[in-house]
Amino acid sequence: MSRLLPFFAFMLLAALLGFGIWWNSAHDPTAVPSPLINKPAPDFALPMLDTPAKTVSKQSLLGKPYLVNVFASWCFACGEEHPVLMAESKDLGVPLIGYDYKDDPQDAKAWLAQHGNPYDMVIADTSGHTAIDFGVYGAPETFLIDGKGVIRYKRIGPLTPEVIAQQLKPAIEALQKEAP
Amino acid sequence: MTPELGQLALILALFLALAQSVLPLIGAWRGNRALMAVARPAATGQAVFVALAFVILVSAFLRFDFSVQYVADNSNLQLPWYYRIAAVWGAHEGSMLLWVLILNVWTVALTLFSRRLPDAFLARVLGVLGIISTGFLCFILFTSNPFARLLPMPPDGADLNPVLQDPGMTFHPPVLYMGYVGFSVAFAFSIAALLGGSMEQSWVRWARPWTNAAWGFLSCGIVAGSWWAYAELGWGGWWFWDPVENASFMPWLVGVALIHAQAVTEKRGSLRAWTILLSLFAFSLSLLGTFLVRSGILTSVHAFASDPRRGTFILGFLAVVVGGSLLLYALRAPKVAGGKAFALVSRESAILIGNLMFTVAAAMVMLGTLFPLLGDALNLGKISVGPPYFGLLFPLLMLPVVLLLPFGPYLRWGNSEAPVLKQVLVRAAIAAAACAVIAAFFVQGQLKAIAGVAGAVWVGVGVVLYIVKRWRDMSRGRRYPAEMAGMLLAHFGVAVFLIGVMLSESLSVTRDVRLSPGQVATVGGYEFRFDGVSQTTGPNWTAEQGVVTVTRNGAPVAVMHPQKRTYAHEQVQTTSAIDPGITRDIYVALGEPMDPNHVSGAWALRLYTKPFVRWIWGGGLFMMLGGFVSAADRRFRVKREVEATQAVTATLQESQA
Amino acid sequence: MAKLLRTAVLLLVTFAGIAAAQAIDPLPFRDHAEELRFQHLTSELRCLVCQDENLADSNADFARDLRHKVFELMQQGKNDAQIKQYLVDRYSDFVLYDPPVNHRTWLLWFGPLLILIAGALVVANTIRKRSRSGAPAAAAPTENGDDW
Repeated sequence: MSRLLPFFAFMLLAALLGFGIWWNSAHDPTAVPSPLINKPAPDFALPMLDTPAKTVSKQSLLGKPYLVNVFASWCFACGEEHPVLMAESKDLGVPLIGYDYKDDPQDAKAWLAQHGNPYDMVIADTSGHTAIDFGVYGAPETFLIDGKGVIRYKRIGPLTPEVIAQQLKPAIEALQKEAP
Repeated sequence: MTPELGQLALILALFLALAQSVLPLIGAWRGNRALMAVARPAATGQAVFVALAFVILVSAFLRFDFSVQYVADNSNLQLPWYYRIAAVWGAHEGSMLLWVLILNVWTVALTLFSRRLPDAFLARVLGVLGIISTGFLCFILFTSNPFARLLPMPPDGADLNPVLQDPGMTFHPPVLYMGYVGFSVAFAFSIAALLGGSMEQSWVRWARPWTNAAWGFLSCGIVAGSWWAYAELGWGGWWFWDPVENASFMPWLVGVALIHAQAVTEKRGSLRAWTILLSLFAFSLSLLGTFLVRSGILTSVHAFASDPRRGTFILGFLAVVVGGSLLLYALRAPKVAGGKAFALVSRESAILIGNLMFTVAAAMVMLGTLFPLLGDALNLGKISVGPPYFGLLFPLLMLPVVLLLPFGPYLRWGNSEAPVLKQVLVRAAIAAAACAVIAAFFVQGQLKAIAGVAGAVWVGVGVVLYIVKRWRDMSRGRRYPAEMAGMLLAHFGVAVFLIGVMLSESLSVTRDVRLSPGQVATVGGYEFRFDGVSQTTGPNWTAEQGVVTVTRNGAPVAVMHPQKRTYAHEQVQTTSAIDPGITRDIYVALGEPMDPNHVSGAWALRLYTKPFVRWIWGGGLFMMLGGFVSAADRRFRVKREVEATQAVTATLQESQA
Repeated sequence: MAKLLRTAVLLLVTFAGIAAAQAIDPLPFRDHAEELRFQHLTSELRCLVCQDENLADSNADFARDLRHKVFELMQQGKNDAQIKQYLVDRYSDFVLYDPPVNHRTWLLWFGPLLILIAGALVVANTIRKRSRSGAPAAAAPTENGDDW
């Protein structure tokens, strides 16, 4: 009977490997799930892209939920996500804040001028230091932050119509039901 | 020669492989000599066609035939001819063809060098090898065809990844595959023994030289890969416990256990089932490695581009071959313990303990490598397992092995007397302690370095003492049979390796510095003077080349030329400068200019001194040599009519029992 | 699909290529001990955007950002555990090459020990059974090479 042990152990291994193949085709293997879900967003204070003298901080945004979309002019996938944002941002029902990540402000402004600007406001994190506090490691990423400043949802990678319909919109609706 | 001929050759090879698989196995089952006799010619024919396909692919590269997709993806007009040949195995499809080619090399070698094997046994061995070949040829033809066309043909190709344009990288895959694939011979021998039902120990004697040779090749392949990573990647590291590295290390660890278990089974007749199981494990791990590298389920710098279809195919193949072999083992492995008895203090026990440690080590490496996947499966979150894990557990598991090693040759089979062992213990321990104390003065109290010296001397003195003993006890020509010489070489290699690892890990010094031309930085007792950067060119690259003059207490040591090369498509490759030495390597990597517009100004540099790092690969090469020398022992090749009669008697007795 | 993958890989390589050699990054350490500590820490932290590289050796832009953050935290007087916790809070355990020892990773850390114990029991049992079968027969001359 113990002679069958290696066989059964191998079958378990094969099952794990089979799972691995399935998992890889169904998920983005490079995505790192955020540990900040349902935790307060970091305190931040970043200049606006168009008027660097003005600063936007977490305090100034409390009270209502909003979306933060991390993008950059050098980011290939952001270019793919952009038309989706242009088309759907107005229907989302919450403000969309553009977070310009590790970008030259001139390049960013030119990129928005060329591709269109779906954002209600754009803030610039030229060094990328504040982004570390958000757990950002690339672009595009999108955060849904509620009225109390807590991160409720994070999308790693470009937003697609399916993701917006199946994940983002329900999350926004759930938030709006919560609000008094 | 059009590429389609290559594809045709593979199809013909597949048919021959099928013939080689099915017919001889049926023949051995039925006792049909004609069917059994199909094995050799089928194997030879298959090898001819696979070799032909390989040659056609090589010529496609040499002729810049960019109408072949694989050639266009992995070479271009600037690539020198020697790297165009290496590009044949630079990516997935070509390396699979290399795999099958090497399988055929081992198969043909087997047909040539096994005239003494009984027909039925050889038929089964070749049949099993045929099954493996069939699987891989199907895989190539259905999912990974290297001869697929790219039309319209582009005027120029992409490029071979610059990281692969290095002699080490050229050498590493073929030698590594010789090892990986070589374990298929031991695997086939075991399956043949299980199928045949006759459990006499002589088949292990036939398997031993093949297994030792395969293990020798694998050792060399791993050494080549490690050395290449050190020389080419620029970060002074030689092993990262990356999943693909682990994929080659697991079969090696089980291989060590196997070559020792085979010795026990051959000489004493015991541990038969365990030896069979180990040979199944060794090759299964080779196949697992092939799967891990190409399925994309693990993140690795080495991994080939993945495709779930390919992953599924290999997994299916793995399930059939490995699952089938383990099922066969469950059904047919010897149930009754055979062979001679042995006491607690005996060579068998020591080998058994060693086997335990190496098997657990292989299991640990597998656990660590696959744990992130397990984490995903069981929803444990995304976990990384890296050098801190492996680097802690592996030395712990190897410690008992190092402690037992000097006693190996002194322990007798079956039963051993204590006095001789005590003598070895005392002498080796005193030598180790003395050297450790001396070392302590040189290494500023670094414990790892002291432990390394102690361990290496402990093992090394054990080997030397035995060499002296044999010299005294035996007469000329009978002192060091090849099998023993190989063992001594390999064990000595362990000592050399220990020095290399422990000293370089604990005593290396690394510094990132910013130097203007003329400035000097001191690292590890050496002065490095940066002498500026100039432009140079190569066959398919341009480079910024730095000049660094190294001195020690004012005396000149070396002038080093680290480069930052730019290949086609703006791919940049840092080529570090290494000044090799027996007692230390000096290593310089060029970073970025402080001001990109002012290239003649200050640059960032990474400077290393790495004491005794070459001993790591030196130790590995001694082990490789040990494997080859052992394999060459005449005893494995001498024909023995006595044994043939005994074999027949044993079979009759077992079938009557 | 394969085409897309290939393009993505090419782009990644190109981008990484342009940003090559950024791992070499001289920082103003106070002394050699601090430099050693930094090297040790960054060798145990994972570059999230790379294919299995640590922070110390990675050329990626993002790795550079994290290295500077680690340096900044060191300058602020945080110890190794605090620095690691800071990064884990933002990037999950994935960023640690030295997996934590907790209820989720007990199999990883204690599995090998369990296998060792199980194996040791089997080995002990085998030796026990074998040594009980009486003293081995006096060595009749064989040609098995067991004379040494």
